[in-house]
Amino acid sequence: MSREGVPPLPTKRPAMAFEDAARLSLGDTQLRFNMGKATTTIRGKRTKVVDEMPDWEALREAGRAIKDRTLRHLDKYLIQLEESVARVGGKVHWAADAEDANRIVAGLVKSHGAREVVKIKSLTTDEIGLNEALAREGIAAYETDLAELIIQLADERSSHILVPAIHKSRAEIRELFRRTLEGTEGLSDDPKALAAAARTHLRKKFLTVPVAISGVNFGVAETGTVCIVESEGNGRMCLTLPKVLISVMGVEKLIPTWRDLEVYLQLLPRSSTAERMNPYTSFWTGLAPPGDGPDEFHLVLLDDGRTKVLADRIGRQALQCIRCSACLNVCPVYQRTGGHAYNSVYPGPIGAILTPQLVGVENAGSLPYASSLCGYCYEVCPVKINIPEVLLHLRGQVVRKKQESFLGRLSPENVSMQGLAKVFSTPRRYAAMQKLGRLGQKLVVKNGVIDRLPGSLGGWTAVRDVYPVAQQTFREWWAERERTVKPKLPPREETRP
Amino acid sequence: MHVSLFITCFNDTLFPGTGKAMVALLERLGHTVAFPMGQTCCGQMHYNSGYQREALPMVRHFVEVFRDAEVVVSPSASCVSMVQEVYARVAEEFGDETLRREVAALAPRVFELSMFLVNELGVEDVGAYFPHRVTFHTTCHSMRMLHIGDAPQRLLRKVRGIDLVELPKADECCGFGGTFAVKNADTSIAMLSDKIRCVLDTRAEYCASADNSCLMHIGGGLHRQRTGVNPIHLAEILACTEEGMPAVGVAAATAAAERNS
Ligand code: SF4
Repeated sequence: MSREGVPPLPTKRPAMAFEDAARLSLGDTQLRFNMGKATTTIRGKRTKVVDEMPDWEALREAGRAIKDRTLRHLDKYLIQLEESVARVGGKVHWAADAEDANRIVAGLVKSHGAREVVKIKSLTTDEIGLNEALAREGIAAYETDLAELIIQLADERSSHILVPAIHKSRAEIRELFRRTLEGTEGLSDDPKALAAAARTHLRKKFLTVPVAISGVNFGVAETGTVCIVESEGNGRMCLTLPKVLISVMGVEKLIPTWRDLEVYLQLLPRSSTAERMNPYTSFWTGLAPPGDGPDEFHLVLLDDGRTKVLADRIGRQALQCIRCSACLNVCPVYQRTGGHAYNSVYPGPIGAILTPQLVGVENAGSLPYASSLCGYCYEVCPVKINIPEVLLHLRGQVVRKKQESFLGRLSPENVSMQGLAKVFSTPRRYAAMQKLGRLGQKLVVKNGVIDRLPGSLGGWTAVRDVYPVAQQTFREWWAERERTVKPKLPPREETRP
Repeated sequence: MHVSLFITCFNDTLFPGTGKAMVALLERLGHTVAFPMGQTCCGQMHYNSGYQREALPMVRHFVEVFRDAEVVVSPSASCVSMVQEVYARVAEEFGDETLRREVAALAPRVFELSMFLVNELGVEDVGAYFPHRVTFHTTCHSMRMLHIGDAPQRLLRKVRGIDLVELPKADECCGFGGTFAVKNADTSIAMLSDKIRCVLDTRAEYCASADNSCLMHIGGGLHRQRTGVNPIHLAEILACTEEGMPAVGVAAATAAAERNS
């Protein structure tokens, strides 16, 4: 199945429930194979490089604690950042939402009379739909990260936050390049050749386009320094060659001091690409001497729902995320469905907790359920985000929202959950229910198992048999044993006050 | 020791054999057991599906039933992790200070069977005999929430006659996840089929686990495919001796079904 038909995502409301989108991608065997292979490889490598670190757990704790503290005093640190950036010759712009941010960026680009921009990998600009917004203003944006470029050329959506084209095989990429890039007729599917073809295409852009737009991995409040961590070096070209540099940063990317970087620069590469250190880590602090970098630097600070997330004591952990994608690579659900099933720029476990918070649980209520709660994501998260905890917290919000409406209260799920809660609240009702189940199942038990269940439970019996209510439940057996086999136990002495 | 059993609603209703095996095993080791008849459900299904308000009475009920127990032992890692990890959170969420105190007092005395045997009683050899090829599925909740470690393996290694084979990709979820298996049936099935392939690769006769909920899922798939591999709870293996063990539990249910078909 071609992914080309995947429409650009609405940022406010996923177009499809997770389970439906997942069904589509599960049917794509090539995708499942590519995904399985890529995630298994990187998972193994990650374990290896993490195991080398004797103080990994301490680092994780530090990573969590720094972010936690920063988020609690975000207002203070943001103002410090603004002052620091101004001190080194940059300018800070505040954007309350996507529209705001897009207007600011487009305005800056147009004020320089530019019709083209080069971009270095930025999820945040994907989140706000910047490329589309620029296109509406007649400005063309060129992605320069190899994987992002592939996605852009294919006119698709990214399926992984770090390896956006993870779902594509080399052969698929070669075909794409042959179709869209000049002079690539004889291209082979060797990764080196593919990268070289992309580089030839990009070099022209780097040398001619006057404005660059970047994302931000870390913004340092103390020094006004902005940092990007990448693998290919294309980011560094964007940061140095064009005349004007605009960096778009979600407010949660803030860290207080330069020293804090030490923690994250150890946590991030190992967790994301399973490298001890990534090839390119760039820092820019305001403006360089004339001729040695951009003449103008703008930092756009984006809220777009983040402060709302901050208000939720349990949910706010999601803002600690450093976008390493380790949770994606270990997630058994993501591994099989791929990123598109999440209908969001943030797929996988982090997407399942971040997206519903950013766009509202009422708009993405299926995402907190896109997990078997296996807990692998929490185990690997370098900043110790308790993703299962947040998933459950959000599920609670989804259910409460549903129960607010009359129809929601009448839904089969709500009715049966309420009924079961009543049953479980008294042992007498519960034992009666067991007996009732045993009677009721007489019609469906065949050869000792049930092979077909009605309604929404039918998904279970599509491939699995069900074990019926036992002929004698444990409590019935126990009651009988108490009566017949064993004399009553002597009254037990109290062992505790 | 005087052990109060928390059999869980799921085992009570569908897999009573596991409970019976626990009784046989613990009594053989010289402990007295009790089954407080008031027990029902730990509330995990409700809590995990988002019905957290509805789970609150169940949490309270559990605490009431087991308040005075010396120790509570259960054959379900996931229900024990509910008590240990989530109960305190529930109490806090609903601002119930009494419940919070009671949970704090009770939770440290609630154990999953294999951890109870190995860590609390310090036994690894329970005198079991089970001459079969067995592979062990470590469920996610036992691995990542309870940190059960290798307690089950230590017990199994001491079982006479057993041929224990490692399950490939043991750290991967089987795809059960409670209501996940119904809500996201297709994804769950994809995960299950990978797990079943790994089980079959071991050429084991039995797939064992410390939790019947995952076993119901894996076993239900194994059974539908007529693989001949039987799911079995760890307690049932540990309860078997040379003298035999009344055939009970998941394995027996499957075997009976085979005979009937
Ligand atoms: S949630 Fe944790 S593991 Fe997942 S991307 Fe963010 S930092 Fe990485």
